[in-house]
Amino acid sequence: MDLQDLWFILIGVLFTGFFFLEGFDYGVGILLPVLGSSDAERRQIINTIGPHWDANEVWMITAGGALFAAFPDWYATLFSGFYLALVLLLFALILRGVAFEFRSKEDDPRWRTLWDGAIFVGSLLPALLWGVAFGNLIRGVPIGADKNYAGDFFDLLSPYTLLFGLASLIVFALHGAVFLDLKTDGAVRRKAQGAVWALWIPAVLVAGLLLIASHIDVDLFDQPGPGFVAALAVVAVLAVGYFQRAQQPIRAFAATGLTIVLTMLALFWFMYPNVMISSSNVANNLTVDNASSSSYTLKVMTVVVLIFLPFVLVYQAWSYWTFRKRITADSPLEY
Amino acid sequence: MEALDLARLQFAITTVYHFFFVPLTMGLSLLVAIMQTMWVYTDRPFYKRMTKFWGKLFVINFAMGVVTGIVLEFQFGMNWSEYARFMGDIFGAPLAIEALLAFFLESTFLGIWLFGWNRLSRGVHLAAIWLVAIGSNLSALWILIANSFMQQPVGYVINETTGRAEMDSFADLITNPTVQTHFPHVVASSITTAGFFVLGISAWHLLRQNELRGFFRQSFKIGAIYGLIGVLLVIGIGHAQAQHMIETQPMKMAAAEGLLESEDPAGLSLITIMNLDEDKELFSIRIPRLLSFLAHNKFEGEVRGIEDIQAEYEATYGEGQDYSPSIFISYWSFRAMVGAGFLMLALAAGGLFLLWRKQLLNQTRVLQVMLLSLALPYIANSTGWLLTEVGRQPWIVFGELRTEDAVSPNVSAEMIAASLVLFALIYGVLMLADVYLLAKYSRLGPVDDETDGEPAPVAA
Repeated sequence: MDLQDLWFILIGVLFTGFFFLEGFDYGVGILLPVLGSSDAERRQIINTIGPHWDANEVWMITAGGALFAAFPDWYATLFSGFYLALVLLLFALILRGVAFEFRSKEDDPRWRTLWDGAIFVGSLLPALLWGVAFGNLIRGVPIGADKNYAGDFFDLLSPYTLLFGLASLIVFALHGAVFLDLKTDGAVRRKAQGAVWALWIPAVLVAGLLLIASHIDVDLFDQPGPGFVAALAVVAVLAVGYFQRAQQPIRAFAATGLTIVLTMLALFWFMYPNVMISSSNVANNLTVDNASSSSYTLKVMTVVVLIFLPFVLVYQAWSYWTFRKRITADSPLEY
Repeated sequence: MEALDLARLQFAITTVYHFFFVPLTMGLSLLVAIMQTMWVYTDRPFYKRMTKFWGKLFVINFAMGVVTGIVLEFQFGMNWSEYARFMGDIFGAPLAIEALLAFFLESTFLGIWLFGWNRLSRGVHLAAIWLVAIGSNLSALWILIANSFMQQPVGYVINETTGRAEMDSFADLITNPTVQTHFPHVVASSITTAGFFVLGISAWHLLRQNELRGFFRQSFKIGAIYGLIGVLLVIGIGHAQAQHMIETQPMKMAAAEGLLESEDPAGLSLITIMNLDEDKELFSIRIPRLLSFLAHNKFEGEVRGIEDIQAEYEATYGEGQDYSPSIFISYWSFRAMVGAGFLMLALAAGGLFLLWRKQLLNQTRVLQVMLLSLALPYIANSTGWLLTEVGRQPWIVFGELRTEDAVSPNVSAEMIAASLVLFALIYGVLMLADVYLLAKYSRLGPVDDETDGEPAPVAA
């Protein structure tokens, strides 16, 4: 296997890890105002992700850095092309990160409501935007011969990409609801279970719809492998309901996680060997070959990743193990 | 304004703003780790109160550093896509490594430290804060390796077919002579920043003459010692750095000194007023021979001026380009940085002396000055970066790529302006909220929890 292919896979792994982990963080943030009817409940909800959200977000920063290092042209075209969408994303992420740290450091209910709003918007907007962005990656965007994006912000918003955004939003919310079922108890847990059911049917519908739309809009099933995996992702969403009914929240959580993993697998498999598909001219596609760094850089980066990624996985897993207990109404709360 | 100017303005604003928070994160994480180590080894509750109090302020500051950092990583692609294409082979690597080695460490263990007070053994919990400190300082190393490449490109070749720069020696990249002074400078500045942060807030409490005197007298001492160590290191490293800069980026030093013509021996400018339209010196006070000394460690020797270097660069890089940066910004930011540095040296040393003579606590004026000195490291940090980055212009990568050729060709001025307004608004609001919380928790002083019972030791 070429190093370019390895790095294409690694980028996929980093984004998948990011969506798996940050996906439930976004979901928790989106459900915060819905499920937390008192300040105590809202604190209970936020503290389930308190020790983790920041490290989860580093998966995105690492994915971005890896994109820059391994595929400079992909990074350059994507980030300059999706400009205003990324400005919105940054705006949301800035608000959200600060809000976690600030909201409980002042007693005034207006202060807390304000930051809770920031957590909500700061979670909802990225959950939507990431779906729109990845929808555009597989649908293709206008790219000129100079490798630059040639469209504008509104070219990124088609029915298909918006549907993709809606799907990511609902699946992340569902992922978060299942996570809260696992991590809380009492009234909050009961409400989270209610949210799982409330979100499950829309999630199944939108996932099925997205699968059909992918067939129509991007000819997904022309490639049997990715098409099959994408169909499995829809099955995984269906399984969430099954496990929830059987009162097996760990398996339900694995199922929402699997939905995310399979979707990403289908997506990257479908794109390969392209990294950015040009809707204006196939000759302008960015591929793993024409967008990558030199083989020397890829070698260096491969060595670094092989040495250090295992450490990261171990200590991050350990942090989840350390804070494995459910957050109850009388747990000591930091946030 | 054109897209290029707006992109530069946006980079300046978002970077300087980010760097309000980063040095304190670096320096204070280390100091809190030291305090907590003292607690674990001496078992004196006083050190636990110290750890908790300064640790709380550290965490408030930390979040701002994290979120504003994301903007920078994205910005290289958003506003500077040509730069990313041309330099990504080299510049992207340290950025990715920074995230993998430093950000994961820092953020995972901050979560563990913050939420682990009552869940982990003392030893493990102590290890967590040390890993946060190591992570945040390590992140500076990698981003400065990246930045040093822009100041002094090493370890690369230009691929003739693609026209792109390609890495050919990772070892050269990470042992860049520039980063060898750059990194220690930033670490020492961070120690200074944390020292003066602690010193300033302590001075505020000492002015109040309240029951927290014991705690904050001790804090003042720690802050002053820490700040003194930091600023002494900065001055020493800064000297070495300036000499290296004269070798590798003589134009930056010439602009920072307002030196139009080469001189031997060269005097150090205390104040120079110029007519910038005609590049003519109107008025100048110089200390004879001192600039030569700074450059060569002896009171003679040539220091080259802007005109000579311009002529040389025209021969090397081509005519029709002004190779000098803004003299105004370079000159005054250099003076602000160095001035703030020496002022901090005097204040930290003076404060310690008065404390030792037991004359500090009744000197209201002195304590007021100490409180105000909280601004000095921030001035020095910001102007230091202005000099480093503006002084490199017109280059984005010295000698290889000009800033004007690095900007995204497909991003319009309107788009950058819109995002600039949005960032400025949110940054303004967040600064208010951050300062409000820092002030609130600074005022509150140490809050005892159930395990603290022992009063602060009486020592000065």
